[in-house]
Amino acid sequence: MSVLVLIEHEAGVPKDASLSTVTAAQKLGEVHALVAGSGAEARQAADAAAKIAGVAKVLLADDAAYTNMLAENVAPLVVDLAGGYDAILFNATSIGKNVAPRVAAMLDVMQVSDVLSIESADTFTRPIYAGNAIATVKSSDARKVLTVRGTAFPKAAATGGSASVESVSGKGDAGLSSFVGAEVSKSERPELTSAKVVVSGGRALGSSEDFHRVIDPLADKLGAAVGASRAAVDAGYAPNDYQVGQTGKIVAPEVYVAIGISGAIQHLAGMKDSKTIVAINKDEDAPIFQVADLGLVGDLFQIVPELTAKL
Amino acid sequence: MKILVPVKRVIDYNVKPRVKMDGTGVDLTNVKMSMNPFDEIAVEEAIRLKEKGAASEIVAVSVGPQKAQDTLRTALAMGTDRAILIQTDEEVEPLAVAKLLKAVMDEEQPGIVLLGKQAIDDDSNQTGQMLAALSGRPQGTFASKVEVKGDKVEVTREVDGGLETVSLTLPAIVTTDLRLNEPRYASLPNIMKARTKPMANKTPADYGVDIAPRLTTLKVEEPAKRQAGVKLGSVDELVAKLKDLGVAK
Repeated sequence: MSVLVLIEHEAGVPKDASLSTVTAAQKLGEVHALVAGSGAEARQAADAAAKIAGVAKVLLADDAAYTNMLAENVAPLVVDLAGGYDAILFNATSIGKNVAPRVAAMLDVMQVSDVLSIESADTFTRPIYAGNAIATVKSSDARKVLTVRGTAFPKAAATGGSASVESVSGKGDAGLSSFVGAEVSKSERPELTSAKVVVSGGRALGSSEDFHRVIDPLADKLGAAVGASRAAVDAGYAPNDYQVGQTGKIVAPEVYVAIGISGAIQHLAGMKDSKTIVAINKDEDAPIFQVADLGLVGDLFQIVPELTAKL
Repeated sequence: MKILVPVKRVIDYNVKPRVKMDGTGVDLTNVKMSMNPFDEIAVEEAIRLKEKGAASEIVAVSVGPQKAQDTLRTALAMGTDRAILIQTDEEVEPLAVAKLLKAVMDEEQPGIVLLGKQAIDDDSNQTGQMLAALSGRPQGTFASKVEVKGDKVEVTREVDGGLETVSLTLPAIVTTDLRLNEPRYASLPNIMKARTKPMANKTPADYGVDIAPRLTTLKVEEPAKRQAGVKLGSVDELVAKLKDLGVAK
């Protein structure tokens, strides 16, 4: 069995989520990695993908039409290559979620989204109802199209492999869409979904000023990424790309520190696979304490600065 | 320009889903059902586009049981013009829903199809993208802003790193994210008025679409529960624990 993985990359480096997807793909068969992009960065990413442990071959599609991973352009490329593969895997990221169903429908395949585990070549588990239930589903399609939840699989080693890089070409620009621009949040901190430590703030922070005044110094001390609950984002205390939860990002760091977060189901769905959860909340009955390994009850405006000072 | 808004009847987002004891699914008996929240945002956005003069007619469509009529009535009460129910008691997967919607698109020729990015029951996040593929049209997924500009629509998308804007040639498929808008409540007079708005009743067979599922659900379980840990007495204890974990110096 052979498996195609669409590798997401940034600045010439495959993203961590793609390393996890390679691990998932290895459970199904021989892994070929598709790198789509343009110019030197794409070439660099392909060379890096060739070094990922477990990748047998890299396909590089170099075309300006693939620079911004527009689904209208990338999906036909994947579909053209699909014939040689029994399964096609994507990350369950904003790129994977955008492209994969377009590929699946073009192949007349019912996609399996957000795969948590691979039970066999045709049977997978996935979360439904915001993670309140886990379904085991069996696919009857001859070819499988999956999106893989990165936090559910360990990352493949970024080095150790020595795959060959082969150039492939697609149809390029489908002429349906164009990229206008992006507003990328710039941060010195680690990326939320791959950080070892995450410090998240909730509605109890009360304002955007207090959110940053209380959360940021602690995050800096711990070398942590900063997250937020949906309530905090909706209230405007933190930008949307901080959001951890079913409607935001799914994280599973070594240590997750939840500050002033009550622990709505929505939020828990996004962080409950963290190795150690620390909760600081003034309400000792808050649901967050039911999942926290370490809890501290009290006023976050006293506790967090004290904690930051003592670290 | 016509806008087509597909809506789905799902468990109300305030209800905590309970897994059935026999592991066959989630218990929906006597559970409050509502319009999928992301679809509600799509209905709202369509109405706003019409209010701005960018759209002339809004057609709501739903695939589901007879009760999905209630969901369509909600869409009509909010301000859509007419509705189509494609009635079936079978569970219809996103691929089959997309095929049905493609058939509706062929009939209705909308300029934009606006729908939620995912339904909060199966969380698939597929239907819009699949419809875009089947109709050969562009897709603007996870939209936080939608602007019609001549024969194009500009969609600002919520992506992992922030925001991204794409320009799509109409007709296009747009899927909504949470921050696009805040849906309005239907007023009582509008709820009354909605009762007389036209609703067509169709079946999947009318469109010649095979809705046989490709996936079989073998079992549905509750996720593994985390054990509650310990409550600490002081910040010093927490500092010590964080040092033990190797995250603090």
